[in-house]
Amino acid sequence: MDLERIRNFSIIAHIDHGKSTLADRILELTKTVSGREMRAQVLDTMELERERGITIKAQAVRVNWQGYELNLIDTPGHVDFTYEVSRSLQACEGAVLVVDAAQGVEAQTVANAYLAIENNLEIVPVVNKIDLPQADPDGAAAELAELVGGKPEDVLRISAKTGKGVAEVLDAIVERVTAPSGDPGAPARALVFDSSYDQYRGVVAFVRVVDGAFAGREPLRAMAQGTRFEAEEVGFFSPTMKAAETLGAGEVGYVITGLKDVSRLRVGDTLTSEQRPATEPLPGYKDVKPMVFAGLFPTDSDEYPDLRDALERLKLNDAALFYEPETSQALGFGFRCGFLGLLHMEIVRERLEREFDLDLLVTAPNVAYRVLERNGEWLEVHNPAEMPRELDAVEEPYVRASIIVPKDYVGPVMELNNDRRGRFDHMEYLSPERVLLSYELPLAEIVLDYYDQLKSRTRGYASFDYDIAGFREGELARVDVLIADEPVDALSMIVHRDAAYARGRALVERLKEEIPRQYFDVPVQAAIGSRVIARETVKAKRKDVLAKCYGGDITRKRKLLEKQKAGKRRMKQVGAVEVPQEAFLAVLNLNDGSKK
Amino acid sequence: MDPVRHLYVHLPFCAHRCGYCDFVTVVGRRGQHAAYVDGLLAELELERELLAPELETVFLGGGTPTFTDPGELERLLAALPPAAEVTVEANPETVTAALATLLRRNGVNRVSLGAQTFQPELLRVLDRVAGPDDVRCAFYHLRDAGFDNISLDLIYGIPGQGPSELEGDIEEALALRPEHLSCYELEAKPGTRFAHVHGEELRRQAEAMEGYFESVVETLVGAGYRWYETANFCRAAEADTRGRDLRSRHNLAYWRGRDYLGLGIGAVSTVRGRRWRTSPRLGPYLAALSVGRRPVREVEPLADSIRREERVMLGLRLDEPLPVATIAPSLNPEKLARLQGLGLAELTPLEPEHAGEALTLTHRGRLLGDAVTADLLA
Repeated sequence: MDLERIRNFSIIAHIDHGKSTLADRILELTKTVSGREMRAQVLDTMELERERGITIKAQAVRVNWQGYELNLIDTPGHVDFTYEVSRSLQACEGAVLVVDAAQGVEAQTVANAYLAIENNLEIVPVVNKIDLPQADPDGAAAELAELVGGKPEDVLRISAKTGKGVAEVLDAIVERVTAPSGDPGAPARALVFDSSYDQYRGVVAFVRVVDGAFAGREPLRAMAQGTRFEAEEVGFFSPTMKAAETLGAGEVGYVITGLKDVSRLRVGDTLTSEQRPATEPLPGYKDVKPMVFAGLFPTDSDEYPDLRDALERLKLNDAALFYEPETSQALGFGFRCGFLGLLHMEIVRERLEREFDLDLLVTAPNVAYRVLERNGEWLEVHNPAEMPRELDAVEEPYVRASIIVPKDYVGPVMELNNDRRGRFDHMEYLSPERVLLSYELPLAEIVLDYYDQLKSRTRGYASFDYDIAGFREGELARVDVLIADEPVDALSMIVHRDAAYARGRALVERLKEEIPRQYFDVPVQAAIGSRVIARETVKAKRKDVLAKCYGGDITRKRKLLEKQKAGKRRMKQVGAVEVPQEAFLAVLNLNDGSKK
Repeated sequence: MDPVRHLYVHLPFCAHRCGYCDFVTVVGRRGQHAAYVDGLLAELELERELLAPELETVFLGGGTPTFTDPGELERLLAALPPAAEVTVEANPETVTAALATLLRRNGVNRVSLGAQTFQPELLRVLDRVAGPDDVRCAFYHLRDAGFDNISLDLIYGIPGQGPSELEGDIEEALALRPEHLSCYELEAKPGTRFAHVHGEELRRQAEAMEGYFESVVETLVGAGYRWYETANFCRAAEADTRGRDLRSRHNLAYWRGRDYLGLGIGAVSTVRGRRWRTSPRLGPYLAALSVGRRPVREVEPLADSIRREERVMLGLRLDEPLPVATIAPSLNPEKLARLQGLGLAELTPLEPEHAGEALTLTHRGRLLGDAVTADLLA
């Protein structure tokens, strides 16, 4: 295909602003999918994606419009997957930026628009849902124009639901988005912008060919990782897989690699031909690093092997998921898992519980820390219990946060951000009513309940997005919890020194509520090093016996006993103390508890 | 096969239903007392072969057994097999001099009197008809008729009852010098009117009630009573002029895991590894027995492991050592060691004539008996 007649684009939008519906209409309008095959959100294949209305895996579909080959590259909308979004955008020359006519620009829209602009994409701004009664197309168009630096009249107004204006969107893509540049005669290079794992065919790489061409049965190499394999097949999606002779410069499609392990072919890598290799890889490859960590433990310790198998299988399709075995004296055998962000964690957890039917106990999430040890070496710490007590410095990850709120809520949001050690960066009015606030915040301050707090302080009006800004040094302290003088690893936390006392106090009070009374007094303490900063006592119980038991009561009494036994079995033994599993999650709800 | 030596007879009739009660009771239906006694006697005939010719104990419980029409009560008592201990439960307001004499001449030698409390306002909370004077009056009628083994039931933890009221109740009860006392913490059993009205308050005062139990035990033991079962006290043999063992022999049979036969609606029997409960419905019970058939029963087989667990659960309520040999397979040795370490359980050698060890709970272990039992069997 002549490069001049190819357009590669993606659709970016805030969740629920209509990205998937627009994609569906495009497939219909271009007759890529017949009406009979049409079902909502054709591109989202995973059950969970369909249910949550979000796209986890990027896919690419080829459609034909007025003699042009258009490749629609679907991207995940959420920032946890920023790296994947930016790889997908790198495979395009243009982006359709969709905004809901009733909602206007949201924080996620801003983050994605900036990503697109950074990638030098031509942006086609679109206001969707103009058919809704509460729609304000002019207001939304003005905000969009302001955001991308265009004119409100260039903003297209459509209803993806009814199909109105969708053809104009396709025309605009052809007119405004530039054709791919690339050298069909040069040694072959293709960017891997995503991959998935097929049980039968192994790793399937989604690629954008930049130079040269790729054909099936050809020995290939991934330049960054050095992985070698033979392409079993090349082709494109329309919307299902269609094999092709070749994929040429400027085109988007797939390569079936036959590799059995997704980690051997990383997103961002460059494929080239073994016979006539390129000398320089395409720019942009980086290793994605998980930033949020949590311990996953099976509620029933017999399920440990099942959890291991399930994580192995998820990892096949999710190169960003990290896990390693963890043994907690309180929770037994499990895994410490690393995630890109909170949504990623939530998705993994839901898939483990839903697709693999596992009953899990997930510890409070924490972030990755960089620790400068006394011996001058840097150490990465994924678990508060592993934080050395003696150290020279600690660094924690910070994020650039964009928060969009109606102007009346600016005060409460600033207050929240100050509480959370935020550093104000700037503020701008998107419209007379709506304000964009930019902050730098420690990631640790948002992993627990930031989003809930933000929503409740703005009556749900705030929209929020972030990306990782890097590590910064912090005044951090490790707070340990001792139950009956035994340190409990699963309850250790790392907090800012100024907040240590309040958090320690709140945690200890919470634990006092959660730990049932025992045969003896149980002191519960929070300590920094050997210094106790908070203490409560769970008083010994004095009586635990049912008064009456005669001939007619025996069976009922025995059933109560069975219940009591079952309750004891669900307890975890910490030294001599029986602690219910829920208590280990006490730290999750700390903020509610301390505000009572 | 060992014949059954313990017989329970359920007399469900009551003048009215008390709000906290979850027993099988029948209110009204005065016309059916005769038919019911016919039914009981018919059921007794059907099960007669299970019973020893001479029994150790008979217990008439309710309901309010003494509310039963006196003629019918007498007919029933006369027809029951003889036994060494024959107990009848009585409500104070039903005990007249005539009734006391009736019981006495029909072989009853022990009466359990439902006093509950001596505070008029607390009696009203419990929906009890009798006043404090009725309790004393009934007690003296029984003494006058020659009863030398009387038990009083007391309830503590009644909404509105503070520590001083409880102390007063125990003092009043002790002033009557009963041979035996049963002290129950008020339970709001699910489904009762009482749970509905007072459940929330009972939950609130749960922690304070832990102290009540301790003080009841302390006071009664101090007054010369033996705390022989979790909720039961008897005058110690040393304190009795005739040196009698005044424990309830009938109830001891339950706690020692003996077989017992129960007659009447809602009554439970445990015989040779089977437990059954007769349907609580009066009409079908009478209908079945009037044509010589057994009434509908719910049967529960008791596997050896269940019997062992019950043996531990019930045996540890008593102040006598429980031989380990019979229950060993059900005990968790680690937990036992831990409970010993905490001073809640003890292992002691059995009497010289028996080999092996016995398990007992310490004073504190008994106060925490349910939790300790759950641990031992975990």
